[in-house]
Amino acid sequence: MTTTAPPEVDPTPKEPAPTVALHTGTSDLRALLTRNLRTSGIYIAFVAIVALFWLVTKNHVSLSPGNITNIVLQYSYILVLAIGMVLVIIAGHIDLSVGSVVALTGAVSAVLVIKHGYPWWVGMLAAVAVGLAVGAWQGFWVAYVGIPAFIVTLAGMLLFRGMTLQVLGNISLSPFPSEYGKVATGFLNGLLGGNGYDAFTLLIGLIAVAGYAVSGFRTRLARIKYQQPVESFPLFVARVVLVGVVVMYFAWQLAHARGLPIVLIILAVLIIAYGIISKRTVFGRQIYAIGGNLAAAQLSGVKVKVVNFWIFVNMGFLASIAGIIYSSRTNGAQPAAGNMFELDAIAACFIGGAAVTGGVGTVVGAMVGGLIMAVMSNGMQLMGIEQQIQSIVKGLVLLLAVAFDVYNKRRAGASR
Amino acid sequence: MAENILEMRSITKTFPGVKALENVSLDVRRGEIHAICGENGAGKSTLMKVLSGVYPSGDYEGEIFYDGQSASFGGIRDSEHVGIVIIHQELALVPYLSIAENLFLGNERIGRSGLIDWNLANADAAKLLASVGLDESPVTPVGQLGVGKQQLVEIAKALSKDVRLLILDEPTAALNDSDSAHLLGLLRRLKEQGITSIMISHKLNEITAIADRVTVIRDGRTVETLSLSAGEVTQERIIRGMVGRDLESFYPDRVSSPGEEVLRVEDWTVWHPTQDRKVVDNASFTVRAGEVVGIAGLMGAGRTELAMSIFGKSYGRDISGQVFIRGKEIKARTVAEAIGHGIAYATEDRKRYGLNLIEDIRRNVSAAALGKLAKRGWVNGNEEIKVAEQSRRDMNIKAPSVLSVVGKLSGGNQQKVVLSKWLFTDPEVLILDEPTRGIDVGAKYEIYTIINRLVASGKAVVVISSELPELLGICDRIYTLSAGRMTGQLPIREATQESLMALMTKERESVG
Repeated sequence: MTTTAPPEVDPTPKEPAPTVALHTGTSDLRALLTRNLRTSGIYIAFVAIVALFWLVTKNHVSLSPGNITNIVLQYSYILVLAIGMVLVIIAGHIDLSVGSVVALTGAVSAVLVIKHGYPWWVGMLAAVAVGLAVGAWQGFWVAYVGIPAFIVTLAGMLLFRGMTLQVLGNISLSPFPSEYGKVATGFLNGLLGGNGYDAFTLLIGLIAVAGYAVSGFRTRLARIKYQQPVESFPLFVARVVLVGVVVMYFAWQLAHARGLPIVLIILAVLIIAYGIISKRTVFGRQIYAIGGNLAAAQLSGVKVKVVNFWIFVNMGFLASIAGIIYSSRTNGAQPAAGNMFELDAIAACFIGGAAVTGGVGTVVGAMVGGLIMAVMSNGMQLMGIEQQIQSIVKGLVLLLAVAFDVYNKRRAGASR
Repeated sequence: MAENILEMRSITKTFPGVKALENVSLDVRRGEIHAICGENGAGKSTLMKVLSGVYPSGDYEGEIFYDGQSASFGGIRDSEHVGIVIIHQELALVPYLSIAENLFLGNERIGRSGLIDWNLANADAAKLLASVGLDESPVTPVGQLGVGKQQLVEIAKALSKDVRLLILDEPTAALNDSDSAHLLGLLRRLKEQGITSIMISHKLNEITAIADRVTVIRDGRTVETLSLSAGEVTQERIIRGMVGRDLESFYPDRVSSPGEEVLRVEDWTVWHPTQDRKVVDNASFTVRAGEVVGIAGLMGAGRTELAMSIFGKSYGRDISGQVFIRGKEIKARTVAEAIGHGIAYATEDRKRYGLNLIEDIRRNVSAAALGKLAKRGWVNGNEEIKVAEQSRRDMNIKAPSVLSVVGKLSGGNQQKVVLSKWLFTDPEVLILDEPTRGIDVGAKYEIYTIINRLVASGKAVVVISSELPELLGICDRIYTLSAGRMTGQLPIREATQESLMALMTKERESVG
């Protein structure tokens, strides 16, 4: 090597490109889709599955008002679990114990309320306390002792199932007082009246759409102000209109059934809250950092142990909420409650685009993943498909979803 | 029989964008100990990987003649088949298996029944251990042995494969003095038995003690081959060959005006996390505001370990010593505390330890100081983008936007993201570990410019680098580290590659 001349370095920093050029125009719709294939693929799959079951079920019953209500009621606790699970998975862990925790929290609540006659809210608070304690226990072993979460929660799965049997004395308890049952089976309706439909449900739907549009528009304005690429305006409007139509259709159907399920309100609050926590708080962002590159996070001053601990405490909390919903829905506590729930919740996360290696995943994705499982189970039940076939189909869907993720990653790696 | 057991002719090996070897030739005589010397990254290991078939024939240009015959190896098995065995710096032993199991791994002693004959295996193992002078039972798990003894197990394993040409990559880098002496003695004995050895080493005193001939490689080319019989194998001669290039003029000018002392480290000692040895031994140094201080040392000298142990005890155990920031002693027990005290450490391995490759520029820039963007735990995403955008412009990070995924950027741009991250923590002192490793010349110049800008704004900068010209080009002062000890401190006016290399290879006993 001979003497090398100093390379030319542009002394003036590049002028920021004009804002317009940063817009991703409608012509780039395809680019937009392929770039976000990991996330957009899941929505496309969801729509396809909904459409499929709409076509094949008798009288298109899968999208009937009663059935939509049913899906929400039937799978709400899995979705609640999936919210916590996706955070666990993003951080690079797994939690196999949530099914047992659902059973244990429900059992504690049932013993207090049904057996000892405490008011319903005492049972619920106790359930939450148990959930937090369970989370702290598992978080301690994972974060501070350094045992892989797979082992800790596998132990927890056995441990908390055993405790459930112990607490219940190996028998089922029922029924709860009617207030307790409202959580999972109650509806808010008739508050504003309406002729054959519930106006209140529609109003909530409208508020949700308006909220989505306004927050989307504000984000868009902020991004333009900070000179970030945004989708073209027609595309933005199309997106809002599409979401609006879907939400209003959903609300319309609910309004024609029994109104707004209370559990849907709980679920919506949790989804919004955790969506924001995961994206916009220091805690949430550190979860992604840990899962993306543990060593780099540690060397960036992230208190990895503390974050891991609270991830599990949070999982315990959400498992107790799911436990309350489930015990409310089944109007009692059973020794075998929550069996295999952990697998449904984990499947929801992976179908929803979470990466097996951690660092990737969203709360909304996990919800869509959970709904895909829900719509499939429900649709197959409506069609009278046998249990064993249902299980086979669900297994294959999970496998394909993760295969898709792996394929995507390899493709992304190749283009590097 | 030909005099040369091995001839490598005009070997050229290219990696995407880099010519690792260019026209390298190497002759090794039958029964000699042949040393290969060169700076880190000169291409020594690549050359040995070509020879042993790690890079199969067709992956490189040039010819290899072994025993007078043209040889083309498709993989390690091919080269082992003809008696070439390479022992890597990172030992390839399974810690939970016994010595005998390791010795015959992939080459098991099968009895008549088709099952492994453990009696035979253990007996054979005992013979092999005796031949390398290792007094251990064949059933001892390898993990219970020290590194020196593990090294001997590796050599015994090579002997079990009827080795004729033994390649050792930095065999003594992790060994203490007595283990090293034992190993060198063993190599001499093997030589008497007719086994040829190629040894890559940084330790010049060992090379001058043991090698018959020395080939010096620099920047992927053969410089010269020195021979003991001609009286050419001396440390001075080897050093001249290793560093002999002219200083290239790609270091931007800087007017140096050091201010008050920012960082002072005193009597810093760090133990290896699992082994019973000191990695950093009583090291002391200071850095002043507006000053670039270099730390020079060969691989294994403890440079990274020194930096990481200061940076919130990220490395090692039983750390002792004192750290002062602007004259006040600090205790940084965690990385967060170190950052809080104004220390930043940019790692030598940005992909493994520096970046979240699946996230975008924005998230990586903010990762070490997210608290600055947050109020009561809520991150201001717009501010975050603004900060990242500012960094992108200041650092001239070439990416379509701050939302670009970091894993897809070039090495130079990734390094700029790492620097952006640490600058956003607003540190008093930046420790940059191999800041230009694996990045192209243009990006290097930009990194140097950034470093100059930092010191001009009053920051203190420590640069750890394997490239001496780089240290000479950008530093005000250079410390040398050898085997965990500070062996010298040279102001830039007095420092030359030769003087640095002499201090970097200075051995323990000669330290005053």
